[in-house]
Order: sequence, then structure tokens, then C-alpha cells
Amino acid sequence: MHELPQQLANGLILGAMYGLIAIGYTMVYGIVQLINFAHGEIFMVGGFGALTAHLALPDGTALALALPLMIAGGVLASVTVAVAAERFAYRPLRGAPRLAPLITAIGLSIALQQAVWKWYPDAKKARVFPQFKGESLHLLGATVQRGEIFLLAAAPLCMLALGLFVTRTRTGRGMQATAQDPDTARLMGVNTDRIIVIAFAIGAAFAAVAAVAHGLKYGQVDFRMGFITGLKAFTAAVLGGIGNIYGAMLGGVVLGVAEALATAYIEDIPGMSQFGGGSWKDVWAFVLLILVLLLRPQGLLGERVADRA
Amino acid sequence: MRHRSLLLLTTALTAGALGLSACGSRDDKGSDNGERGGGRTTVVIGLDAPLTGDLSALGQGIKNSADLAVKNANKSNEVPGVTFRLTPLDDQAQPTSGQQNATKIAGDAKAVAIIGPLNSSVAQSMQQVAQSNTIALISPANTTPDLTQGKDWKQNHRKRQFTTYFRTSTTDEVQGAFGGTYAHEQIKAKTAYVIDDQKTYGVGLASSFSATFTSLGGKIVGTEHVNPEDRDFKAIVSKAKSTHPDLVFYGGEYPASAPLSQQLKESGVTVPLMGGDGMYSADYITLNKKSAGDYATSVGKPVEQLDSAKKFIADYKAAGYKDRYEAYGGSTYDATWAVVQAVKAVTAENGGKLPDDARAKVVQALNKVSFPGVTGPVSFDQYGDTTNTMITAYQVEGTAWKARYSAAYKR
Repeated sequence: MHELPQQLANGLILGAMYGLIAIGYTMVYGIVQLINFAHGEIFMVGGFGALTAHLALPDGTALALALPLMIAGGVLASVTVAVAAERFAYRPLRGAPRLAPLITAIGLSIALQQAVWKWYPDAKKARVFPQFKGESLHLLGATVQRGEIFLLAAAPLCMLALGLFVTRTRTGRGMQATAQDPDTARLMGVNTDRIIVIAFAIGAAFAAVAAVAHGLKYGQVDFRMGFITGLKAFTAAVLGGIGNIYGAMLGGVVLGVAEALATAYIEDIPGMSQFGGGSWKDVWAFVLLILVLLLRPQGLLGERVADRA
Repeated sequence: MRHRSLLLLTTALTAGALGLSACGSRDDKGSDNGERGGGRTTVVIGLDAPLTGDLSALGQGIKNSADLAVKNANKSNEVPGVTFRLTPLDDQAQPTSGQQNATKIAGDAKAVAIIGPLNSSVAQSMQQVAQSNTIALISPANTTPDLTQGKDWKQNHRKRQFTTYFRTSTTDEVQGAFGGTYAHEQIKAKTAYVIDDQKTYGVGLASSFSATFTSLGGKIVGTEHVNPEDRDFKAIVSKAKSTHPDLVFYGGEYPASAPLSQQLKESGVTVPLMGGDGMYSADYITLNKKSAGDYATSVGKPVEQLDSAKKFIADYKAAGYKDRYEAYGGSTYDATWAVVQAVKAVTAENGGKLPDDARAKVVQALNKVSFPGVTGPVSFDQYGDTTNTMITAYQVEGTAWKARYSAAYKR
């Protein structure tokens, strides 16, 4: 059990990244009931945007100085793609049956992957992403890599900012109103089209921050990285209660910790030795998801609401 | 109207995506060496390798080296009256794509052989297609013993699986055993933590390493399995750390082993990571800032050290290919040259003309091929394996792989 603090730290860090991406799924779903399957690719585009910003800077720029620009580059790329997707792919489908935007999202996901594969220089294989130099840090019995500090700082800050935005600003309240009842919100003078665009943009910006964190953590970005990570983040959003922003972060952390603990400890349970380890971690993560959905179909923090469809 | 524009958009996007992926496979049409006419016969040599995707560094090296062999054969008029043409296809390391490519090449009446693939898992899906079309399939890189000797090779019940399948690389039985011996006797490791990626190649290599390492008195302190697409290995790294191994062995390829090695070292596991030829790539070092001290074994002697390879290296440089020849450049050149030699023997037997059943004849001729190649003497044994069992251990020093030790392995 002496590796427990380390495994919890591993899970927390991975989970914080899932959570940041899950915000995008949950906000869009909360407002337009659309599962934006292209969100994983918006995350990936953010990574390439940040890499482009880094490459544009003169060689030898300190990473700490370059980081704000890289985040800006990533956010710019992600938000542009997300807003364009909303405007040209999803908005024309606002009144269409639910399956149509879902299929569009899947098509968009493939198109974005292939576009990066085809046109980003040297993106046919993984591209090297800059990383912080120096040794890892030791905190509370766990070793934490320097790049991961960024994630540990960025995730709570983003959540705090989002919480304040949603509850304290006029636009944020408009967002809540649109989520509760879009028609009434519109009658009350809320510009719902604008609210929807803002929801897509915020989700994309958070995904871009997560993508920078992903790059700093693993030292590479590639055109396929959004697929698996996006799927995990979607799972996190459902686990936490889709539509609830705090639920998305909680779901991410629960999922990340579950994966780490399953890898480390399932095989120590007598008779379970062949069901443990890295190859089974996804299975256990989804077993957890199924259990949660059986006991609490609305997810950990979700509210039971009548289906508006 | 709205719905129609949506439909158009979706269709356009999907078609666009499909079109793009199709573009990928059409990316390189290979080098058309020009059919000079005047009674010359064109012979097509197909090639299947991952030309895009994670493993494209190795795949491009394979394509270029085969291209070089074809160009040299045409330039020196190696087979009088015959012009060779290479048709390279991309499999993105996917077994399904490999099978489609094999079918496609077999459908070309001018094709006599296929060079490739890189991955053993892809080879499994191509072997049957090659066999039923009686077309030779020669891999410069497959190392899984089962491909040639059947699944019972461990019990020494060896049986040739496909008469049309050959390879110029040594098997994992040899490579893993070499790795196990090297780890125990030269690195002086007493304990090892073994991780594999659950693919045909990775599992085979890891189990062969473990068997030799334990038989020499080493101890395996833990085993783990990962998904080849994973990039986060933190949980596994923490487990490995608590067992305090002298060495971590990884059966798999560099896209996963590069982040694995980096995460090991960042978490305080300062022992080297060791792997097989799937890890022996320059990209392993660019993707991994903490690669210094890591080991990889690879088939053959280091191409740079062989006199027989000097010409190959000079030619490769002169041809000005964008990518390096990587781990399998030499063995690919040899595989392609073996086809050229087989075609030469077949045409000579037939009075200077390519026979009608060229494919079957080429397969037979390959069994008898013997010539000094880039990686050493090239010939195939009764299973279709190369008779050259030379393996080299490399270590990362600075920003490059440095050869440490080479030896031939006896079964």
C-alpha cells in the first residue's frame, strides 16, 4: 500500500485533464442536448495550435515565458474550430431529429483528424511538444512531474472562473436560463444563439488548456490523441452527471483515480490476478460507470430532469 | 432547405474525410522507372509498410530502401530484358489494410512478390492471401517465430506455415534470448520488470526475453500489459517503482515506449528501459527527453559497421531520400535484392524470358537464393527464416543509438 499516495496523485492528475475536457461535453449538452463527439478533435486542434505558437517564437525562449502565448494559440485554434463547427455544422440542424447532429459530429471528428493529418507539417506521426526541464518534485509522498504542476494549477483556476462566470454574470445567468428552458429564455430577451456559441467557445477553451497540459505531460501531440482521450472525457461527463459543470470535473477525477487504482490493486484481490493491471483498467473504469448509472442514472451530481425532447 | 443544406454538408464532410484518407494511400506512387519498351518485360514488386502514422519512420525507411534496390537493379541491368517497378502501399500498421494491400498487389498480373510488412500482426493477415495467390511475401522486419515455424515452436515442434512466406530478419526467439543474455551478463541486471503491449510482436519478444533471463538466474519481479495506444503509464510506472528492478524490459514499439521511458525516469525509476527492434528508431530519442542509457536490440550487425553495407549507405545518401533508412533499411534492401536474384534465376532457366508461371517459380527460386547482402550472407532456411542470426545491442548515448555488442545466436 506504500504506493497509494503516488497512485492517487497519478489518478488525480489524469482525472483533472479528463475533467477539463469533460466541461466541453457537459456545457454543450446542458444547453442544446447535443453530444459533440468532435470535441476530442477540438482538444487535439488546441494542442497543435499551442505547438504552432511555440514554433513561431524564437528558438530558446524560456518555456515559462512561452506558455501564456502557447495557451493563447491553443485557445484561439480550438475556439475558432468550435465556433465554426457550431455555426456551419450544428446550427443548421437545430430543429432536425437528434440523430442528424450526432452523425454530423462523428463526421466532423473524422474530417478534423484527417485535415490535421494531411495539412499540418509533419503531423503524420507524433510531433514533439516542449516540456519543462529539471527534475520531478516530491509532494506529500508522491513524485510529480514539472509539467503536471501546470495542470494541477490550471484545473481549479478554470473551474473557479467558470463557476463565477455562470453564477455572477449576466451572460452566465442567461446560460442557466437557456439550459432550463430555451423557448422561455428567448421570450425573456435572452439571445440564445449567442449563448450557445459562448458555450461551445468556453468548452473549446478548456479543451485547449487541457491539450497544453497533455503536451507538457507527455511531450508529444498527434492527430489521433483526441479520440481516446475524448471518449474518456465524455465518460467522465456522464459519470459526473451530464449537464453539470462541477459534475464533469468530479467525474473526471473519479475516473482517473479509478483507472490508477484498478491498475495497481485489482490484481492483489485474491482470485482476480488475471483481471488486473494496465490492460484491464478501461474495463474497470466502465464497470464503475455502469454501476453508477444503475444506482444513480442521472450521474454523481446530475439532477433528475424530465427529458425535454 | 435547411435540411438539404445539412445533408449536403454532412455528405461533403464525410466524403472529404474519406477522400483525404484515400489521398493518403495514394500519397506515393513509387518510382516509375520508365518502361523502356523494345521487348523489355516489366516486373512489379509490391511493398506494404506503414508509410503514415506512428510507425512511419520505420515504414518510410523500408520503402526508400526497396526503391533503392529496384533502381540499382534497373540501372545495372541485373536481369537482362526485365525492368523492375516498385508499387508501395500504406498499411498504417493495420492488419485489415495489410490484407487489402496484399489482395490488391496479387491482382496485378505483373507482380511477382511483395516486400513487407513491418508488423507481425499485419503479416498474419497477409500470409494466407499471399499463399492462395502463390505470390512470395518477404518481410524485412517481422520477428514473431510463429509466422514461419507455427505456434508450437516453443516445444520444438517446428513446421513451416506458408511456403510463400520468407523473412530477412531474425526471429524474436533469437532476439529475446539475445536480449535476456545481454541484460544478465553485460548489463549485470539481477531483476527485471517486464511490460508488453499485447500485440503479437510485443508479447512474443517479452516472453522470449523472460524465459532466457530467468534461465540464466535472473528474476522477473513483475509483469504488466499496456494498450499500444496508451500514452499515460503513470499507474504502471508507480507499480514498477515499488519492485525496485535493475532493468525494465518493454516488448513493443517506440510510440508507446518513448513516453513510458520518460515517465519511468520522471517518477524516479532511474534504471534503463530495454526493448527490441521496434524501439530501435531515431524517433524514440526525439520523443523521449530522458532516453539516455536505454537499450534496444536489433536484427543484424549495425549497417554502419559492415563493409558490405558501405555501398548501400553511400547509394542511400546519394539518392537524397528525405527519411533515414532506420532499423530495416539493410534487411529491406536484401529482401528486395533476393526477389531480383530469384527473378534472374527464373528467367535464365527459361531462356532469358520470364515464364508464364513466374510467381510459383520465383517462390521456388527464393528457397535457393544465396548472395552476399547488405546485412551479411542472405539465404533462407527450411522455414523461410533467414540463416543470418546476428543481433546487436544498442544504447542511447547523447542523441543517438550507439552499437554496444553483436553476436550470432545458435538454436
